[in-house]
Amino acid sequence: MTTAPIHPTSETSIGFGSRVHSWVISVDHKKLGMMYIGAGLIFFMLGGIEATLMRLQLMKPLNDMLTPHGFNQMFTMHGTTMVFLVGMPVLLGFGNYLIPLMIGARDMAFPRLNAFGLWLFIFGGLLLYYSFIGGDGLYGMGGAPDVGWFAYSPLTSKAFSVGHATDYWILGIMVSGFGSMTTAINFMATILCMRCPGMTFMRMPLFVWLMFTVGILVLLALPVLTGAQVMLLFDRFLGAHFFDPQQQGSVIFWQHLFWFFGHPEVYILILPAFGMICEIIPVFSRKVIFGYPLMVAATLSIAFISLGVWVHHMFSVGLPPWLNSIFAASTFLIAVPTGMKMFNWIGTMWGGNIRFTVSMMFATGFLVMFLFGGLTGIMLAVVPFDWQLSDSYFVVGHFHYVLFGGTMLAVFSAVFYWFPKATGRLLSEPMGKWTFWMFMIGLTLTFFPMHLSGVLGMPRRVYTYQPGRGFELWNLISSSGVPFQIVGVLLLVTNIIKSLINGRVAGPDPWDAWTLEWATSSPPPSENFPKIPTCTSPRPLWDRKHPEDPDCFYE
Amino acid sequence: MKRFFTGSFLAMCVVALAVCFPSITHAAVAEICTPGSPASSASAPSGPTILPNIFDPHGPPARMIHDLSWLVLGICGGLFILVEGMIFYGVIFYRRKKNDKSKNEPRQVYGSNPVEIAWTIIPLLIVFVLALTTVRTIRSIELTEAPEGALQVVVIGHQWWWEYRYLDASIPGGEVVVANELHVPINRPVWLRLESADVIHSWWVPALAGKMDVIPNHTNYTWFNAESEGLYLGQCAEYCGNQHAGMLLRVIASKPAEFDAWLQTQIAPAVNDASVAMGRDIFQEYACSNCHTVKGVSDGQFAPDLSHLMSRQTIAAGVAPLDPTTLKAWIDNPQALKPGCNMPSLQLDPQELDAVTAYLLTLR
Repeated sequence: MTTAPIHPTSETSIGFGSRVHSWVISVDHKKLGMMYIGAGLIFFMLGGIEATLMRLQLMKPLNDMLTPHGFNQMFTMHGTTMVFLVGMPVLLGFGNYLIPLMIGARDMAFPRLNAFGLWLFIFGGLLLYYSFIGGDGLYGMGGAPDVGWFAYSPLTSKAFSVGHATDYWILGIMVSGFGSMTTAINFMATILCMRCPGMTFMRMPLFVWLMFTVGILVLLALPVLTGAQVMLLFDRFLGAHFFDPQQQGSVIFWQHLFWFFGHPEVYILILPAFGMICEIIPVFSRKVIFGYPLMVAATLSIAFISLGVWVHHMFSVGLPPWLNSIFAASTFLIAVPTGMKMFNWIGTMWGGNIRFTVSMMFATGFLVMFLFGGLTGIMLAVVPFDWQLSDSYFVVGHFHYVLFGGTMLAVFSAVFYWFPKATGRLLSEPMGKWTFWMFMIGLTLTFFPMHLSGVLGMPRRVYTYQPGRGFELWNLISSSGVPFQIVGVLLLVTNIIKSLINGRVAGPDPWDAWTLEWATSSPPPSENFPKIPTCTSPRPLWDRKHPEDPDCFYE
Repeated sequence: MKRFFTGSFLAMCVVALAVCFPSITHAAVAEICTPGSPASSASAPSGPTILPNIFDPHGPPARMIHDLSWLVLGICGGLFILVEGMIFYGVIFYRRKKNDKSKNEPRQVYGSNPVEIAWTIIPLLIVFVLALTTVRTIRSIELTEAPEGALQVVVIGHQWWWEYRYLDASIPGGEVVVANELHVPINRPVWLRLESADVIHSWWVPALAGKMDVIPNHTNYTWFNAESEGLYLGQCAEYCGNQHAGMLLRVIASKPAEFDAWLQTQIAPAVNDASVAMGRDIFQEYACSNCHTVKGVSDGQFAPDLSHLMSRQTIAAGVAPLDPTTLKAWIDNPQALKPGCNMPSLQLDPQELDAVTAYLLTLR
């Protein structure tokens, strides 16, 4: 390991103001990626505060800590924040940081567009949060949006949503959505045009494959949401009647448009996590990924099928039996490629020599939790079962297992894995282990009992519940998981700050890994590589480290 | 490594506890939480209170779903144990040995066609079975027309209460309107036509049937058949604004004779008791009559029909028991009992309040 200075003196000697300025004007994909992730983590804490307030309110029946209106704002903002301002930007941030490094490029294809996307996301988020102050408008009603993150009409119409809260929801999401679309275009252009010599499609790291697929999904799904939001704005301000049932508009039409976006969105949030796991598990198992071509095929089929399953969010809408049956079938079908991935990860660990770093622990945690979330997803695809479970706390438990137990655990795993690359410093492993167990305990305590309260008939989005229906115990246990998660987040933040100041120096390749980002210094220099690398196989660094047994023999 | 194992052991204990808890405590919880059916001056239902537990079905659609759900739970549970077992086996047996400092890499396995084909085909077969049973159950539950001899009721969802209109040729005028408490005879199918007056709601009484959304400008149908007497609980399952949590469902299933007797009381004209004329006048002159109907007195459409208020057990869509004290508190300040609801406080002085309460108490 070389011990080059981590911060070139030219940067440490300049003033704070100029350093901030250099970040603000930056078009470097690494800085933009880190700003995406940093801003995402700040929104993550805001969303966490909202969740904490909800769990406090639901700790006991008929609690009056929050008003109904206050609670409804909390769940709307929590959902919207976690999906649009945490999940997407953090994952796009990782994509931004890693794609050029992994494919041996100097930067993204469109660096300025990249910066534009980041700032659109940040301003979109600020616009949404400004609703806490500005949503009252002239009516003295409102505050933050209270229509739920999928904003079903006609609750969003002028008649039921007075004031401007809903407008902030529409515009905030729309603005940050434009940012995500530019980033998706950028990802695809970069991956198509800027791979280093020798990097064919079937030699790309799986993370890059997954982000390419995410780019496709963002471009196909997000414009549909934006279009629907424009129609909603027309309804609210120009007297249109797209979603106005009193004028023969259709409220179900909104649901179709929203979920045509909304379901691919779920895969936009989970595919990058799959990509991270595909990179991390092989390195710590010391084995090549099991079945690379099948992984690529599974990814593409997940993306394709995910565009045709949206009606499974609408099984209780009263659509005809044949339609429900078709969408149940397509939803079952998507379990197959997802299952292949799960088995291939296990196949990768099988026969390996697994090093349990914190990153690998989080990756294993991902497998354990995501499996549970996936299986409850299959239950929800069974239409008649869904008629009971849909819109109950069971669903809340299900998607938190997928998005927290799945996506967020993968993100934490990725933070521990790539932090040394981005900063040159290793995160503290003992503190990381505490973080891991805090999250595992907190997640299980909070989200497992939700399945049970759902089965006992507790609907989601209720600001309180009646005593005597068997909900009390499960809600209390759910709330008791919150402190563990708060400690987990605080430990993670402390760990990051401490390691930035005096973490152990990482060197270019602390994990003895195989993809191109580990071939350059940590942190990588401006423009990433002194000399554009060449690629001989899916694991170019393995080939260099093991010239006697290179990957390219097995292609 | 030792620390890791202690940690994993503790975590597994937590998981095991969380998994076992339901079975251990369910009985206890059920006992503690038994039916505190609100004290009521009206006739108590004959029969137990049936909690909204989807695993305690009391009629065909709920039971069909229940039967299917055990198959699904069985398959998913089996897969869960199998795959988690594989993960834990891998984690335990392929971890790096404690003192292994060697740089030797394990054998690199790039894939295996037979294995990969196997774990593509087997899941395909499993979901094929699930899809077939799903389609079959959908077809037997999702009916397109009313079952033979069904009682027909129109359900209208309002922010935040339920209106029920019984349609029957034997009823003078063809229909009778009640609010919030749905009375049905046992062992007779009930065919519900679901409509909404404002936003989307969802009608969900888990022990009787799965939920069906109540959508403005889109009529839905659902049905159930209560097989035992009792009070079935449920609540609105689609977020519908401020008081979504305060939109509770109560279905009272009784013997056909009792149901018929109840129906006759609802068809009868409202009681007109001269001793509470002052209360009735206030009811008529103040805003009450704009929203509430009392047959022969007012015909407001926005709020529950009060013609036979005292035949109900609860007020405010099931949020509070119907007794004189609560009724008076509710009329005085509805926002205290159900914050955000659409009923305003009319700022009645104590005398007026007593008079209106006394009047409403006569509406049997």
